[in-house]
Amino acid sequence: MNALPCTIYVSFTGALLALVLGSRSAMAARVVALLTALTAWGITLAAATSFVPMAGLQELVNVPWIPEFGIHYHLAVDGISLTLLVLTGLAATAGILFSWNITERTGEFFALYLALIGGVYGVFLSADAFVLFVFYEIAIVPKYFLIAKWGSTNREYGAMKLVLYSFAGSALVLAGLLWAYAAGHATGFGFTELVAATGRLDLTSQTGILALVFLGFATLAGMFPMHTWAPTGHVAAPTGASMLLAGVVMKLGAYGCLRVALPLSPAAFVLLQPWIAWLAIIGIIYAGFVALVQDDFKFVIGYSSVSHMGFVLLGLAAANPVAVSGAVLQMFSHGVIAGLLFAVVGRMVYERTHTRQLADLRALPLHRLLPFAAVVFVLAGLASMGLPGFSGFPAELTILIGTWQARPLWALAAAAGVLIAAAFTLRVIAVAFFSRTGPEREVPVAPAASHPLAPITWPEKVGALLLLGATIYLGLSPDTLLDWIRPALQSPAFHAILSGGAS
Amino acid sequence: MNPSCLLTLLIFTPWAGALLLFVLRRWLPVGLSRTLPVVFSLSTLILGLVALGRFDPAVTGLQLTENQPWIRALNVHYHLGLDGLSLVLVLLTGIISPLALFGTTRSIRCPAIHGALFLLLQGSALGVFLALDFFPWFVFWELSLVPAFFLIKLWGGPGAARAAYQFVIYTIGGSAFLLLGFAALYANAGTFDFIQLADLARSGALAAKLGGGFWPQAIFLGVLLGLAVKVPLFPFHAWLPPAYAEAPTGTSMFLTGVMSKMGAYGFLRILWPIFPAPLHAAAGPLLWLALGGVVFSAFAALKQTDLKRMVAYSSVNHLSYCLLALFAVAASGPSNPAATTSALSGTILQLFNHGLSAAALFFCVGVLESRAGGLRGLGDFGGVRTAAPVFAGLCGIALFSSLGLPGLNGFVGEFLIFRGVFGLAPWAAAIATLGLLATALFLLTFWQRVFHGPAAGAGVNFRDLDATEIVTLVPFVALMFVLGIFPQLLAGLINPLVTTWAATLP
Repeated sequence: MNALPCTIYVSFTGALLALVLGSRSAMAARVVALLTALTAWGITLAAATSFVPMAGLQELVNVPWIPEFGIHYHLAVDGISLTLLVLTGLAATAGILFSWNITERTGEFFALYLALIGGVYGVFLSADAFVLFVFYEIAIVPKYFLIAKWGSTNREYGAMKLVLYSFAGSALVLAGLLWAYAAGHATGFGFTELVAATGRLDLTSQTGILALVFLGFATLAGMFPMHTWAPTGHVAAPTGASMLLAGVVMKLGAYGCLRVALPLSPAAFVLLQPWIAWLAIIGIIYAGFVALVQDDFKFVIGYSSVSHMGFVLLGLAAANPVAVSGAVLQMFSHGVIAGLLFAVVGRMVYERTHTRQLADLRALPLHRLLPFAAVVFVLAGLASMGLPGFSGFPAELTILIGTWQARPLWALAAAAGVLIAAAFTLRVIAVAFFSRTGPEREVPVAPAASHPLAPITWPEKVGALLLLGATIYLGLSPDTLLDWIRPALQSPAFHAILSGGAS
Repeated sequence: MNPSCLLTLLIFTPWAGALLLFVLRRWLPVGLSRTLPVVFSLSTLILGLVALGRFDPAVTGLQLTENQPWIRALNVHYHLGLDGLSLVLVLLTGIISPLALFGTTRSIRCPAIHGALFLLLQGSALGVFLALDFFPWFVFWELSLVPAFFLIKLWGGPGAARAAYQFVIYTIGGSAFLLLGFAALYANAGTFDFIQLADLARSGALAAKLGGGFWPQAIFLGVLLGLAVKVPLFPFHAWLPPAYAEAPTGTSMFLTGVMSKMGAYGFLRILWPIFPAPLHAAAGPLLWLALGGVVFSAFAALKQTDLKRMVAYSSVNHLSYCLLALFAVAASGPSNPAATTSALSGTILQLFNHGLSAAALFFCVGVLESRAGGLRGLGDFGGVRTAAPVFAGLCGIALFSSLGLPGLNGFVGEFLIFRGVFGLAPWAAAIATLGLLATALFLLTFWQRVFHGPAAGAGVNFRDLDATEIVTLVPFVALMFVLGIFPQLLAGLINPLVTTWAATLP
């Protein structure tokens, strides 16, 4: 439990080590990266086993940092952050396994990768808005280089767009928080102090602050219409980075919305609530339709992430304990599922066939050439469709129940999103993996099919099984996470905002 | 064996078989990979008979129940149970699935994977018939789509890709609203348990919790839509003919024999008990839709030249009778208990009988297709009876069973339905006879064009049934006779249940 801050330090140390050792041996860098990720993940799991769910944050570290501004290096954890810490550990480990084949400047790659992970751990552990902000900014830099140097199609553009949006989002957050701090005469950047400071202002200022902070974080979570960076960036990124970016880094935004933005001002939130909810719903449906017409396999997955994050934002907007617990569950679930989907598309398929165009993949009998990838993708696709038995189902069901308690009409609109998700997922499963079937149509041999594709390697298999195991385990036993999340929502910080609704 | 886990065993034995086949697919010799699925599939019949032995027809509540907490955060329970209705459908599954596998497994590519998918489908269907909590029920309901999708797509005919996609999208489209309906029910009532929800509905507490206005109606419509697509209720049936026609024979047999019952079962187990008042209010228009299904699908079948599509439309027609009876009961309320009992018994018997006759017919069309090199048009055959008397005899019995000839099983269900509907909504019964007429016409056309006349097309030198095919068809035909002559064998299982239903009508 008290070892949790070590996840940050271990990751940064690992990054340094990978950089140093990587200049001599690529394999050393890989092993260091894997061991680092496993250690950090192990720390989160160990903390999870001894975790006692309770309302409110449990202190880890609290030392003055810049006392002049009341800034503390303050780390703390509750059920929500623990859920996301475990997700980070899992996604990081799987991401490294899927980056095993990186040969170009391996040391640098893993150094940046681990630095990104360290920043992410830091954000989830922060209990001080300033510290959270610092860790967030630390995480932005590696994102740029990972995409721009190791990415694929249109990588400079994708990297630049992603980073500009990230900075824009964080600038909005910063502006909002500084407004609250300055105008409200806050004594520090602790979450409770900022809430108190905001409370001292009039409703117009409160609304302005909440709008800025929420919009800033929601941009990072891919809320419509500020979502366009997400598909472009995630498609351009190398597989391991796509997995981490879509799986975990998008959650930073949603986490910020929940942890920092929502509690700021209940009065202002009531005004903004319908706007947030409708933007989330438009995101679910619009991104779903866009995913339905993509020609690039990876873009389908990119847009599906936006659609699924819409469910998270809708759960937050519904603002009752049931919906928000569903939203946190969906964050975890989507982290795992998006990781799997990107892994199959980016690593298993693209790096063997060298094409992501659905039209080209249609010509390949991929279910026969890559049966393992086909099975993994089918299972991941089913999970992504929200089929029961996988983690997406309890998450979306909980969100729907909570949303219904808030506004039945929102739930109705979101249910249409479930249907669209089924349509685009089924389409890519059918087109990409199972388009050439039947013995009579086997005859013409496509050039790529004439020489067999490289077999699926062990790191890929282990990574895929880890993620699949997680989504199925949670699908059958969502209580594991909900038991952490629900008590955390009883905390006084959320009390005013999460009023109403049965729990 | 612990008596309390019989139902779990029923559901999961096929799944265990599926897992085994999938894991061992590379190492199994071909012979074994063809027989193992049949063996695992047969487990349902054996365990179903064990359940039949333990079943007490006089008890109208649920028996052999298992109830374990599953997800505390959502008050979800792993709740299984069995009454006469479920038992009849479990037995039907136990009869059709092994025969469908046994009769078709010789000619199937990748028999191990095919068998695994088929067993997965079978277990899911059993789960749907036995689960009493929405969460596990929906797990089985949705998971059944996955193997069905792949069975149709990978082993189906030339149009299979489109048919499979359409089938799944239609069904998921319905299910999304079904899911939303139950999310809303849970949001208000705090439980997913069908029995508790039905109790709440009976006491009026559910209506009070849902409040007034538009939304209770919307919840009802959502659930209705999910089930109506599955049955299918006219006009949500467009997915069915292509899916049934493109599926490989064994899958068609299962789809029509078992899977089509899932929707009708949902109407009886979920929609009717939980939403008695909204169903009563909506029953008038729904009765017209069911009538539309009866009449239009019969005439559509009459127009088909593809035999498989013809049988598929006849499935829509036969299942619409079940809905017709149910809606007639819901519309008229407790006015005429005798007619109500008759209509409801007829519905359940019809579910079973249609399963038998339609599965047998799909198998016969499969035999025709395999002899004709994939052709199955009405005009592709002629004079098959002279060349293949055994086939003609067995197929003829299946045709006449489907047509509802007295003495065969199909008659009993339809007779009881008509007897009941005449008592409740005479005009509906009168219009539905049009469907009977058209059914007789197209089934007789099938019989005449294919089996009579001079040998023509693929009918020339038609090879008669071999041992496997005879072994597949004979149990169907035997049951048609047995249940036609002794319908009380089946009716005895459901009579007390149906009488209670009729007595407790709101």
